[in-house]
Amino acid sequence: MARNPDADNAPVKKEIESPTSKYDAEKASSFKVVGSRPARPDGMDKVTGRARFGADMVMPGQLVGLILRSPHPHAVIKSIDSSEAEALSGVKAVVTRDDFAPNDDHADVLYNIMAREKALYEGHAVAAVAATSRPVARKALKLIKIDYDILPHVTDVDEAMSPNAPVLHDDIITKGVNPAPTKPSNVVARSEFGHGDIDAGFAQADEIIERSFKTAATHQGYIEPHACVANVGADGMSELWCCTQGHFHVRQVCASLLGIDVSRLRVTASEIGGGFGGKTTVFIEPVALALSRKAGRPVKIAMTRDEVFKASGPTASSSMNVKIGVTKDGRITAGYGEFRYQGGAFAGAPADFGAMSAFACYALDNVKTEAYDVVTNRPKGAAYRAPGAPMSVYAVESVVDELAARIGMDPIDLRLKNAAKEGARSSYGPKFGSCGLVETLEAAKAHPHYSASLGPNQGRGIASGFWFNFGGETCSNLNINADGTVTIAVGTPDIGGSRASMCIMAAEELGIPYDKVRAIVADTSALGYNDTTEGSRVTFSSGMAVIKASQQAVTEMCKRAAMMWDIPAEAVTWEDGCAKPSGPNAGDFEPLSLAEIAATAGKTGGPIAGHHEYNADGAGVSFGTHIVDTEVDPETGKVDIIRYTVIQDAGKAIHPDYVEGQFQGGAAQGIGWALNEEYIYGDDGKLQNAGFLDYRMPVASDLPMIDTVIVEVPNPGHPYGVRGVGETGIVPPLAAIANGVSAAAGVRMTELPMSPPRVLKAIDDAKVAAE
Amino acid sequence: MSGIHVSTKINGDAVEYVCDVEETLLDVLRDKLGMTGSKEGCASGDCGACSVTVDGRLTCSCLMLGAEAQGREIGTIEGIAKGTELHPVQQKILDNAALQCGVCTPGFVVAAKALLEKKPDPTETEVRYWLAGNLCRCTGYDKIIRAVMDAAAEMRGN
Repeated sequence: MARNPDADNAPVKKEIESPTSKYDAEKASSFKVVGSRPARPDGMDKVTGRARFGADMVMPGQLVGLILRSPHPHAVIKSIDSSEAEALSGVKAVVTRDDFAPNDDHADVLYNIMAREKALYEGHAVAAVAATSRPVARKALKLIKIDYDILPHVTDVDEAMSPNAPVLHDDIITKGVNPAPTKPSNVVARSEFGHGDIDAGFAQADEIIERSFKTAATHQGYIEPHACVANVGADGMSELWCCTQGHFHVRQVCASLLGIDVSRLRVTASEIGGGFGGKTTVFIEPVALALSRKAGRPVKIAMTRDEVFKASGPTASSSMNVKIGVTKDGRITAGYGEFRYQGGAFAGAPADFGAMSAFACYALDNVKTEAYDVVTNRPKGAAYRAPGAPMSVYAVESVVDELAARIGMDPIDLRLKNAAKEGARSSYGPKFGSCGLVETLEAAKAHPHYSASLGPNQGRGIASGFWFNFGGETCSNLNINADGTVTIAVGTPDIGGSRASMCIMAAEELGIPYDKVRAIVADTSALGYNDTTEGSRVTFSSGMAVIKASQQAVTEMCKRAAMMWDIPAEAVTWEDGCAKPSGPNAGDFEPLSLAEIAATAGKTGGPIAGHHEYNADGAGVSFGTHIVDTEVDPETGKVDIIRYTVIQDAGKAIHPDYVEGQFQGGAAQGIGWALNEEYIYGDDGKLQNAGFLDYRMPVASDLPMIDTVIVEVPNPGHPYGVRGVGETGIVPPLAAIANGVSAAAGVRMTELPMSPPRVLKAIDDAKVAAE
Repeated sequence: MSGIHVSTKINGDAVEYVCDVEETLLDVLRDKLGMTGSKEGCASGDCGACSVTVDGRLTCSCLMLGAEAQGREIGTIEGIAKGTELHPVQQKILDNAALQCGVCTPGFVVAAKALLEKKPDPTETEVRYWLAGNLCRCTGYDKIIRAVMDAAAEMRGN
């Protein structure tokens, strides 16, 4: 499942509710191209530097756009005087809040991209200029005079929930609380999930462990900063080039914020240099369009890394309590969790997803979770790979690990005994369809890593994780070219190699070689609406649209062959890339290849194409289990990752290299989150580490090889059995590593990141407590 | 603002440009010369996406001024393949699927090539430390390290 933080009432999808398609076991037993590992179509451009990313576009006459940002975490903007900046030679436009009309559909997005009555976090945009050069634009920013009235601020989630906290928004009255509060607060909403009677469940338990946990806010850390070029014509016809996971969404929001028709704005998605959820929304794009409209020239804006940290969309920090009860023989009798997430200055912290996924790995009779979505003076959060799940699963899987030790049971056996499986009621509502958690646990137990010996100061951790997965609105085209090659147009930006998977699936259906197919990401004017590349949805839903479009083209090609042979279309079948008479009664004809049919298409009715548009359902849930060996230096508290194995259900791996890549990338991000990465705020409410030197993401020398095991339990809702694989990989690492470090250090780690000072303190505190 | 006239060599070709004193070599490559293969990920020398060689030495072009290229020989990602013939590092990155988004890839290619010219037979640990100045957020480095080790083996004739 995915939620765009901009969408207010994001759909809660239930798996296998009404799958769009059904698994085709016969087809899956004889794949020719699916499961192979060909080179990706965009690979050559990327190893040679030819590929064009967001900041690589140049439009004739383009201006440089820069954004002025609030130095204060919370302040009333009393006035903005840009007259001196506007008078500076070379300045072609200045925009502020006055250049954007109020917008009920996207009120928070509008407020976020350009501050209105208040600046709500350090880095909040307050004005922007377009000028003929960067030095002129920089000078212009300095000439803009803002009169601020500084207010008290809050950046910590628990402090933001306290009754005395400074309140960010006068109109936030907590939803989901009965009776409704009478006063505004920073708590946007409370939500609750679960079933059964947890009090009765805890009464049956032999052992109960209750603990509190905290995790720091982290950033997606994509290497490419946000960048765009906007070009608005005098007649309002507009084009926008940008790095985004969802150019259709960008078009919709930008058109709305600028008050123009959707048809007048054509958005092209550049190659995208990483996103992980962080590029599912808009930040600079509407500002560049507004500047371009005012200046009458193209405007390019590229964020600096400092801006990316301070003013894009990191994920939530969390504060959580988890309580789990278990019998001596390892049956979990009840689970309870309270999850408090701050998601920055606006509503949308993924606390509800955290609460929904916290216990999803377990089939429980009694489970209850509560979620609190809280605002603070931090940048508005965006999605980050399985938004909300890594934190809550860290808390739950830590307690499960501790319970296993308490009752003397192998942690995998404890999980197997309680594992979610087909037919079980999930902790968030619907019943599970076919799913692969048990298979990943069994594979973990059988893996040599799990039984390998450990050295001194080393500890092994395991954890499982879950993600919902998502389908969504999708539209793809496929054209059979006259020379027998095939072109596919999809509307889902390719963030990790999906064009290769699209080509594989088309080649499979059409029965032609992979290298005869090319896939492109088409612009917003070329295809119907496509949901964003998020929710692990692309290989599942764009892939299924490509399969259906291929099947449509095959039907048409059979018709053309029938016409050429002068027999009924029903008497033609498609096999190995050729039309063939379906039996002896159909007549005796030599098979016609795709290329032969394409070459004469002009004489048989014109171009041959297939297309498919639908709202994909049946994405199929995803589970994984990770094993990690950690080593803790007892003198410094530094943690090294010695060995790491990811085991995850992919349903069916279309291109196994890129499935492994998703597993490895998710694990590496999780390692960073567990050990080093954190947004550090000073008492002044300002971010202290807005750069890659101080916000320490894993580098090559920090990591071992990351082993992978692809488990394939077919998704019943996809013809090839595909499940999305993009997000689940980041869910188990926080807990797996915490479990490993806790074992190595001999003390339970309840706060992330487990940076050296924090680990050392935990070790020292434990020593003091033991004395 | 008066410009500075610079004569340099980029990928073997003589190049002249006029740059501002504050412009980095990366700014010049990208904005003045249209060589956008070198990427700006941080502008602080932490991510390595802008890696180039200067007189053969691996350098972050964001940490060097455009004016400092005077009289030097600059090597960029655009000069590594010879026509359609890829350098072994490039080919092995493709073969190992050692990229996802690909924005860090040019920097890794430049850095890995510089490593193998200096040390044709590196250990995995040496590759990991040499490439520690290049951030990749997609791959977890596994396939990149394998690609570089493969390229090293191929270049040694193994």
